[in-house]
Amino acid sequence: MTTPGIPIGEDDLHAYVDGRLLPNRLGVVEAYLKANPGAAAQVSAWRAQRETLRDQLAAKASEPIPARLRISSIRAIRRQRQLQRLKLVAASVLLLVAGGGIGWMARGDWSALRSAQPVMVSDAISAYKTFVVDASHPVEVKASEQEHLVKWLSNRLGKPIKSPDLTMFGFRLMGGRLLPASSDGIAAQLMYDDDQGTRLTLYLRNGETGETSYRFLREGNVSAFYWIDDGLGFALSAATSRERLLPIVEAVYRQVQPSR
Amino acid sequence: MDETAIHLEQHIPALRRYAYALVKQNDAADDLVQDCLERAVGRWHLRHRDGNLRAWLLTILRNQFINTYRQRRRRGVHFALEDVVEPETTDSAPDSSTAIRDIFAGLDTLPEEQRSVILLVGVEDLSYDEAARVLGLPVGTVMSRLSRGRAKLREYLETGRIAVLRRVK
Repeated sequence: MTTPGIPIGEDDLHAYVDGRLLPNRLGVVEAYLKANPGAAAQVSAWRAQRETLRDQLAAKASEPIPARLRISSIRAIRRQRQLQRLKLVAASVLLLVAGGGIGWMARGDWSALRSAQPVMVSDAISAYKTFVVDASHPVEVKASEQEHLVKWLSNRLGKPIKSPDLTMFGFRLMGGRLLPASSDGIAAQLMYDDDQGTRLTLYLRNGETGETSYRFLREGNVSAFYWIDDGLGFALSAATSRERLLPIVEAVYRQVQPSR
Repeated sequence: MDETAIHLEQHIPALRRYAYALVKQNDAADDLVQDCLERAVGRWHLRHRDGNLRAWLLTILRNQFINTYRQRRRRGVHFALEDVVEPETTDSAPDSSTAIRDIFAGLDTLPEEQRSVILLVGVEDLSYDEAARVLGLPVGTVMSRLSRGRAKLREYLETGRIAVLRRVK
């Protein structure tokens, strides 16, 4: 539809109506329309439709934006939804703890519960124990190369991951490393620390299937929350109390979830 | 107001216009726009920085429309009935209100792709390439949808009054 010598097509006529004809084509199309009253009638009918639609819809676009569509309202709605989700998650954690208590009373030990925990969590806690005590090489790639770190881990895991920002809890990202996983998958570990030297790790592993609710586990002095979301397994571990870890889990969960 | 909000809000009038042209009810149209904006805020980091933000938003809105209304449309002419009986317009001149009824009723007889091409190109001023990206179609297909849509709409407007009555019944 660009060069003058090419025969007229319907696309030329539409471009003429929509004002998208190139200037060097305009004369040819206009000459064609003069010589072809049928095509000219078609074009003027199309143009009339276009103008009617534009006119009738113009009022809609000049209305003031309703309050609920302001971006600040949209964000508030999203926050509320997320809060509701978190409440559900928190409720499932409570249920699990209550269930665990009943299990403990019934069985007298934790073995039934322990055996139900995925391999992923044991691996996560092992990795936690191995690397938090490592004074010289706790991480493979330092947080100063955060962009590279995130890209590298995302590539190896085959999924885009983000390193959650936990500064509001006093934890700073130290860096991360890649780990073998006992299944076929690959795991990554992000490590954070606070001013007291408490270290916290977020362990991620691909190829996970199954449910997505939070689970809590305590092994020795290590607390861990784990969950599975969209094929990625997550485990957040630290030598701290469940109460301190829970709000951090919620923040991590919020930040790593795929947008939906 | 932050930059994201400024970027997004300048396109809200166009989104409301397209949504309204698709569903022809004020509240339902704004529901669609709200869903679209929620998604856009959630996926803000996924947009193409150098791309056309309006086309991206219109794409989200249209997908939202298709997902929401596909089932309802299968159930029948409910929509056609509603928009003929209750043309919502701020313009109250009687002759122009007949014209609206006709053009919207006419649009409603078209398959969604043809309707969307006509609106995106003719009202939202997208280029043919941008419209093709919104619809996920090759540009040649978009041109042929545009041709068919405009031809059918013309036929409808020139001969279609009886067809309106038949549908309303």
